[in-house]
Amino acid sequence: AENEQPRETPCTQLLVFVATPGCDGFPSLDSKESYKLFVSEGFLLLTADAVWGALRGLETFSQLVGRDGNGMYYINKTEIVDFPRFAHRGLLLDTSRHYLPLRAILETLDVMAYNKFNVFHWHIVDDPSFPYESMTFPELSKQGAFNAMTHVYTAGDVQTVIEYARLRGIRVIAEFDTPGHTLSWGPGAPGLLTPCYLGKDPSGTYGPINPILNSTYQFVTSLFQEVSAVFPDFFLHLGGDEVDFTCWKSNPKIRAFMKEMGFGEDYKKLESFYIQRLLDIISSLGKGYIVWQEVFDNGVKVRPDTVIHVWKENSTPYMEEMANVTKAGYRALLSAPWYLNRISYGQDWMAAYQVEPLKFEGVAEQKGRVIGGEACMWGEYVDVTNLAPRLW
Amino acid sequence: RGRAMGRAVGLAGLLVGLFLVPAVLVSTSLRHGAPRTEPTPEPAAWELAWDPVPEDSLWPLPQGLRTSRRQLRLVPARFQLVHGAGSSAGPDCGLLQDAFRRYYEYMFGQSRRGKRGRRPLGAQAEPELSQLQVVIESREPGCDSYPHLASSEAYHLTVAEPVAILKAVEVWGALRGLETFSQLVHENDYGSFLVNESEIDDFPRFAHRGILLDTSRHYLPLKSILTNLDAMAFNKFNVLHWHIVDDQSFPYQSIYFPELSDKGAYSYNHIYTPTDVHLVIEYARLRGIRVIPEFDTPGHTQSWGKGQKDLLTPCYNGEQPTGSFGPVNPILNTTYDFMTKFFKEISSVFPDAYIHLGGDEVNFDCWKSNPEVNEFMKKQGFGIDYAKLESYYIQKILDIVSSYNKGYMVWQEVFDNKAQLKPDTVVEVWMENNYAHELSSVTGAGFTAILAAPWYLDYISYGQDWKKYYSVEPLNFPGCEKQKKLLIGGEACLWGEFVDATNLTPRLWPRASAVGERLWSSRNVTNLQDAYKRLTNHRCRML
Repeated sequence: AENEQPRETPCTQLLVFVATPGCDGFPSLDSKESYKLFVSEGFLLLTADAVWGALRGLETFSQLVGRDGNGMYYINKTEIVDFPRFAHRGLLLDTSRHYLPLRAILETLDVMAYNKFNVFHWHIVDDPSFPYESMTFPELSKQGAFNAMTHVYTAGDVQTVIEYARLRGIRVIAEFDTPGHTLSWGPGAPGLLTPCYLGKDPSGTYGPINPILNSTYQFVTSLFQEVSAVFPDFFLHLGGDEVDFTCWKSNPKIRAFMKEMGFGEDYKKLESFYIQRLLDIISSLGKGYIVWQEVFDNGVKVRPDTVIHVWKENSTPYMEEMANVTKAGYRALLSAPWYLNRISYGQDWMAAYQVEPLKFEGVAEQKGRVIGGEACMWGEYVDVTNLAPRLW
Repeated sequence: RGRAMGRAVGLAGLLVGLFLVPAVLVSTSLRHGAPRTEPTPEPAAWELAWDPVPEDSLWPLPQGLRTSRRQLRLVPARFQLVHGAGSSAGPDCGLLQDAFRRYYEYMFGQSRRGKRGRRPLGAQAEPELSQLQVVIESREPGCDSYPHLASSEAYHLTVAEPVAILKAVEVWGALRGLETFSQLVHENDYGSFLVNESEIDDFPRFAHRGILLDTSRHYLPLKSILTNLDAMAFNKFNVLHWHIVDDQSFPYQSIYFPELSDKGAYSYNHIYTPTDVHLVIEYARLRGIRVIPEFDTPGHTQSWGKGQKDLLTPCYNGEQPTGSFGPVNPILNTTYDFMTKFFKEISSVFPDAYIHLGGDEVNFDCWKSNPEVNEFMKKQGFGIDYAKLESYYIQKILDIVSSYNKGYMVWQEVFDNKAQLKPDTVVEVWMENNYAHELSSVTGAGFTAILAAPWYLDYISYGQDWKKYYSVEPLNFPGCEKQKKLLIGGEACLWGEFVDATNLTPRLWPRASAVGERLWSSRNVTNLQDAYKRLTNHRCRML
């Protein structure tokens, strides 16, 4: 069988030729990942427009190298022209429901590179814990992490992740999800969250970020100033999903504000009010943003270059949502059919594989607005003991 | 096993009032782990004045548990696990010596801890518990023997200063008691090791508490199996049902028939040598775990045919053999010659009194297609009832295995298809559809049964499915008292179609822990909130 091919002179080098320099830069949505690979008698050449393509090509090359029964390494004569169909191919890890030690994140980045993923969507904080060590607001992790000494990401850790990712052509997009999913922010930032009321009195529990206080926007500005500087990618993910209005409704000051603003009983308008101010702040910091679909669904005024992240499987069929989002002129990311945390028996990889992201009614220009998708591994039932076999 | 969660438990320990756990039952005599009996509730000494608040991290929950607020301190450098006066086991009891060392390490971590704490305790400190003395009461402690179905796993643990006493009828109870003791010891915020004064009277509700591992669909390296045995011991499981071969591969290296694994294993690297097998058996024995191998026939045997010519039935298409094979060929003498020799080896390699013979999911299509088989059917007067042929085969195997003085376990089809079974056959009920009815039938016919049907842990699903496994009540089937006694336990099964060493441990544990408590603890231990609290602590400890 494979041992019967005559061996050519051994190949000694793979020449890598990159057209445009950029070794020290960060990958971006526009990065070129295309490459060409030529393998023939005594001549191996990998060419790419940018270093990012070279990385992709090296991965492919490594997959072509085989080893025969005698232990000899060989490679078939090959010609490959390759480029990604979608520019944003992401993986979401959730380090709030369960802390993930640095090595788990780095290991994940390695496997992402094997699979040509190029975006690490770091859902870094949420209700259960706040592991991000902030220089501006150190109390956030001191009070909000599961354990402020052991279950945090120091500034050094964060830089390690960003650089490790960069060397693999992977962008790191941090998500600081607001105004919901912020319970862990409360202890370290008194006054940030809305106090819920039981009748006339505060109940002692808290809800989403309080959208009616100036202090909120000062806080958010300062925090995102830091986050914008720490994370070099152009995009930040701002969350905006699953905002529960119950607490807002219970708070008399908020109700008064609603009246003042003429929002009536439509709390979506209050949510939009917050989000809009947040988006303006982020824009002024020179960043672009990605938001979960609710922000679009609830009619918030967002910039035309906003990316809408489609994740809901139930309410509207997600393909319909993709059509609506792109029709409205926004770029879209698909995650809805790729919630890998929802395990089931058997070869469920097939269902994920068979998803066709562009299977919706729309013109070519619309379809062009689908920039890619993300597989999500939410952390409710995931930690370092089971992350790798569950994800891969 | 980590000790990371000491903090939380320590605080809880400091905060507890007097907790009395009316965990039911508790007659004064120790139960001897015989086929389970419904315990008689005994009030008085164990009746509570407060609401029951079981210890935060015991798993499975002991049958009888009483703790007080009073704490004792353990100093790693000085604390010892020793044989107590009057014990029938002593320093020559390898099994206990090994257990002492193992449990010391579980409780205190690595030996560097032992260097600390040489200073005498201050006056304010809790009284010191200097020893746990283990006393085996039976004249035959069992140090060098293998555990079996009727072994006693009962123990009585008294934790009070200056020494704690662990009494057990046999060494198996001591192992269970050591596990419990290690679960009581916790580390407080200051790094001190504490244990609450307690008295525990414990025994398993069911005598057969098993885990099924499948090493045919995917080979499992030895390390994986041994790690799993450790986890089983943490959860008081006492049977490893080793589904060692099947259609896909034959990793068992046979002494009499080396070709079976030479040709049938995935590769030479994917086999269990006799040494490997002995290692598993001994590692299990030291943890009080029986190893019951399953050599499943006549179906599930594709891999056997690679190394044993003419063992499997050739399938036909009309008059021509198709080249493919079906179940073991029941009409040839050579089949039974082979099985006689093969099971002779198995009987001597595996010391347990039982062998699992399989007998499930026999597909009759191939037999039906084979003219010689049909000829045989006619001669035997079986008509077109191939279940009769299956029974004919099974019976001969059962007789072969009996002649080696082994008892056998079979999957339910063997019973369903009316084979003649010896009275001490154990029937394993695995089909989920209406399994309660099946349990009634099996026990109604006088056979012992074990339950696997609701505990196929390979069927994963999103969320906290442990609750579903925990909520199974094995005795929820129609039947009289005598019948219920015939249900001797159950097994959590992890079939290997989608499982190998990369994902076995997180898939099996701690979900299997839910089954472990259901099979050990009292029937009325069903509170999911309390279980959740204890299980989360237990799980972190197991890591």
